[in-house]
Amino acid sequence: MIRFLLAFTLALSPMANLAAFASEPADSVHAGDAGKKENKADFIIHHIVDGDQIDFEPFGTITLPKWEPVQIGGFSLDLSPTKHSVFLAFNSLLILIVVLLAASTYRKNRSGAFVPNGIQNLIEIMTEFIRDDVARPMIGEKKYRKFLPYLLTAFTFTLVSNYMGLLPYGSSITGNINVTAALALTTFLVVHLFSGKAYWKHIFLPHVPIGLYPIMIPVEILGIFTKPFALAVRLFANMTGGHLVILTFIGLIFILESYFVAVLSVPLALFIYLLEILVCLIQAYVFTLLSGVFIGMAIEEEHH
Amino acid sequence: MEGLASLGAYLGAGVGGGLAAIGAGIGIGKLAASAIESSARQPEMAGDFRGTAILFAALIEGVALIAEVIGFLLVLTK
Repeated sequence: MIRFLLAFTLALSPMANLAAFASEPADSVHAGDAGKKENKADFIIHHIVDGDQIDFEPFGTITLPKWEPVQIGGFSLDLSPTKHSVFLAFNSLLILIVVLLAASTYRKNRSGAFVPNGIQNLIEIMTEFIRDDVARPMIGEKKYRKFLPYLLTAFTFTLVSNYMGLLPYGSSITGNINVTAALALTTFLVVHLFSGKAYWKHIFLPHVPIGLYPIMIPVEILGIFTKPFALAVRLFANMTGGHLVILTFIGLIFILESYFVAVLSVPLALFIYLLEILVCLIQAYVFTLLSGVFIGMAIEEEHH
Repeated sequence: MEGLASLGAYLGAGVGGGLAAIGAGIGIGKLAASAIESSARQPEMAGDFRGTAILFAALIEGVALIAEVIGFLLVLTK
């Protein structure tokens, strides 16, 4: 099962990569706009949007290389690395290393007669939590094993990405709508690749009087797309919103240009930061939970 | 005209964000009240209620967050 998890992590990361890479030109245009009209609050936006620099402020910044755009068919694709794509690769690598470390001992001790140590405990807690609290109740006893690797991958990836934004010099890639859109797209694909007959019947032949079909069917079709959209926007807005509030409280010191503001704003920022530690975990859980709910709805057998 | 549009964008983002916060606050408040009440009546089911409450809190919160994103777009593209 852990091997499946690894395979899915590998399969997921290039997808998210592609989306972040593809978004790059639009973001660099945006950064250019922000540079024109200097504003005291600009540094807040600078911390949130993607860019081609990684800040290690007292020690300088790393400017990422700019590559020639790749021509595919009619349009050009800028594949040069950005702040978020670097962190995307870093997060994937981190997850791979941690999970491989945990998995290696299991491979050596197939008999199972051993006590798990440090990092294995952590992975085991997460795996059991997703299996017993998300996959089993939401998808059902019969089919949950098939979708567990995807849910675990989604959970680990969102969790690590969320927490990365709270570390010094880190950047939260889930605060980029392209990354969350790619994650929601994977859920969308999983839901629709494994959807059963009952799911489509529920959309095109709902249990309502025939006169309501012209209203119900378009609403249900719209519902197919609003679910992953809400999934993407929820994660994105939570992460961006949290960072924005922290940075605004810190930024008040510079906007009002007084040291005394710090007495109030630093404890408030600390409070929001502690809240964010909770929110990051809850959002990763919610993303996994809702993915599980949507998968469960799609593969459900008819019971009317 | 430019200033008016800018004013409208800021006003819309601010008032809209506030209204969304009121809506989500009422929704999550009612949800939390019911969840706590249910757990008090049936403490043995508290774990189930917590999971369901988080699920619906996330759904309610989603509406408020979409309002937040609209506010962002209004201010950033004013």
